[in-house]
Amino acid sequence: MNTTSDLALITPDGVRRLIEVLTARGYRVIGPTVRNGAIGYDAIDGIDDFPVGWTDEQDGGYYRLRRRDDAAFFGYAVGPHSWKRYLHPPQLRLWRAERSGDDMRIIDEDDEPPRDAFIGVRACELNAIAIQDKVFLGGPYVDPHYRSRREGIFVVAVNCAVAGGTCFCASMGTGPRVGSGFDLALTEIVHDGAHRFLVECGTDVGAQVLTELPHRPAPPSDIEAARAIIERTAQSMGREMPATDVPALLRRNLEHSRWDNVAERCLTCGNCTMVCPTCFCTSVEDETDLSGATAARTRRWDSCFTMDFSYIHGGSVRSSTRARYRQWMTHKLSTWVDQFGTSGCVGCGRCISWCPVGIDITEEVRAIHEGECDGDDS
Amino acid sequence: MCLPMQSDPMQPVPVRVLTRRREVADTWTLELEPGDAAGRPFAPGQFNMLYVFGVGEIPISLSGDSADPHRQVHTVRAVGPVSRALAALSPAATVGLRGPFGQGWPVEAAAGADVVLIAGGLGLAPLRPALYYILSRRARYGRVALLYGTRSPGDILFRRELERWRRRLDLEAWVTVDYAGSDWVGCVGVVTNLVPSASFDPADTVAFVCGPEVMMRFAVAALQKAGVDDAAIHLSMERNMKCAIGHCGHCQFGPLFVCKDGPVLSFERIRGLLSRKEI
Repeated sequence: MNTTSDLALITPDGVRRLIEVLTARGYRVIGPTVRNGAIGYDAIDGIDDFPVGWTDEQDGGYYRLRRRDDAAFFGYAVGPHSWKRYLHPPQLRLWRAERSGDDMRIIDEDDEPPRDAFIGVRACELNAIAIQDKVFLGGPYVDPHYRSRREGIFVVAVNCAVAGGTCFCASMGTGPRVGSGFDLALTEIVHDGAHRFLVECGTDVGAQVLTELPHRPAPPSDIEAARAIIERTAQSMGREMPATDVPALLRRNLEHSRWDNVAERCLTCGNCTMVCPTCFCTSVEDETDLSGATAARTRRWDSCFTMDFSYIHGGSVRSSTRARYRQWMTHKLSTWVDQFGTSGCVGCGRCISWCPVGIDITEEVRAIHEGECDGDDS
Repeated sequence: MCLPMQSDPMQPVPVRVLTRRREVADTWTLELEPGDAAGRPFAPGQFNMLYVFGVGEIPISLSGDSADPHRQVHTVRAVGPVSRALAALSPAATVGLRGPFGQGWPVEAAAGADVVLIAGGLGLAPLRPALYYILSRRARYGRVALLYGTRSPGDILFRRELERWRRRLDLEAWVTVDYAGSDWVGCVGVVTNLVPSASFDPADTVAFVCGPEVMMRFAVAALQKAGVDDAAIHLSMERNMKCAIGHCGHCQFGPLFVCKDGPVLSFERIRGLLSRKEI
């Protein structure tokens, strides 16, 4: 474990050097960058690719980039991408089959994945990765595709210096301070003097990488400044999950009238499931070439909001919007706990910002909580 | 064909069709190679994922004898694109196989008790391995009753075997149909009507039920009425199973993944879910 004496200070040039060091060590460096009017995670070559001086404004169904009055690298909350895009890719060719007469061969298609270094992983996202670890690595069956991607990663976490308008990690106990699961953790300080980053090492590899960067011991004043920044972020969350036993609340209220209410707003578009950093559901698609000699199976992200998702002979188990929204939310916040021993929600707020009609998961829980007497079986 | 165990549970093993037999108009039984020289051991009530080249993959329960892991027997009703393609395969054709998956019937835990097996339609297929298991260890169980309901006498699965079972003196085998002509001497009516006729001690009975969900609800009600405890009633549930390993999410049934927590689930565990719409 690190003590405060292990904390170091690096400059923006140190971050530039960090990307070089990681690249030299063979990592593909993935970090935040501006894409299509939003901050996403993509391969980056250097600090110029960061969203320097950008921040975001977020609310229910609302996400806009805004200029900051400084040159901060990490002065925003989370965008539509999450790291699951790299660990659990949206589309993945699983295998290919070849047929010749009555014979069939099945050929593994997933090549050796790149070794990724993730820069700018937030506390909520570290928790999301830990949750997907339980899904894909923690049960009787291990997903080898997830494992091969997950094993090699180098994680540079960032303590959030601003809370987004839809953030609620503080009420989920998943942030804004990063806890574990990182190699290095940065806290960006842009005020009171030079632009600088407090660095904490989480692993031996992280400590080795730090030795290759120009750094100096962090003065107590900067350690205190970083603490205050994280504290202020925690105090300025845009949303809050009601402080109640949410899994039990939802278990008791499967027939609450609020499900009908939300069904009138929900478009069942599935955006919430695509942007959620923990939603893991997939489907497979088989394709065949025109000659009929080769076929291939691709796994792609799927969403419990589609009719196909629960289809069995005779029809969909969940054909109403009410049932599909209820499935998503009760899974995320309640049955996930039964399945994996943790909530499936990390309070990142993406599902609120990217919902085209601005449905707010914290507001839906609050409505069920406050209107519990409406429930027919409460 | 001898292949090593796959490290990727999503990757099928190619196996050959050994035999194919028509059971009734739309239902065939396929016997497949195990794809492993050591066989592919399974427990009664488990299922395999079967892939037809270029068509797709579906879960099919094992309907053969678990004492013979060298024969993977599946009884398939041709209702969708994949099941129709499966049913049309001729011997020597190759299919992709993954499995076995899921939790089967608690045949060991039922030892010592009376056992009632209630099957509706194709639901007899996943129950047959349980019956084989019990009959091959007959002395370890109390009274055993098989209650089977199907649409018409022409839809009776495994007919010759059922006739053999009916001749046994250590097994009560009842067959009922929804409708029949004058050549039918058996019962007419829903399978749950047979529950009061079967002889078992409700206080010491384990029930295995498989059939359409609505039939299973009525079967549970009939068993409860007879005095069988909720924890002693086991149902084989059907949900959309794509991956069979609890990773794809499709088969969720409340907190359960039917593919890995089921398909056989005790009624006690799913009491609050089975009665609810669209769970």
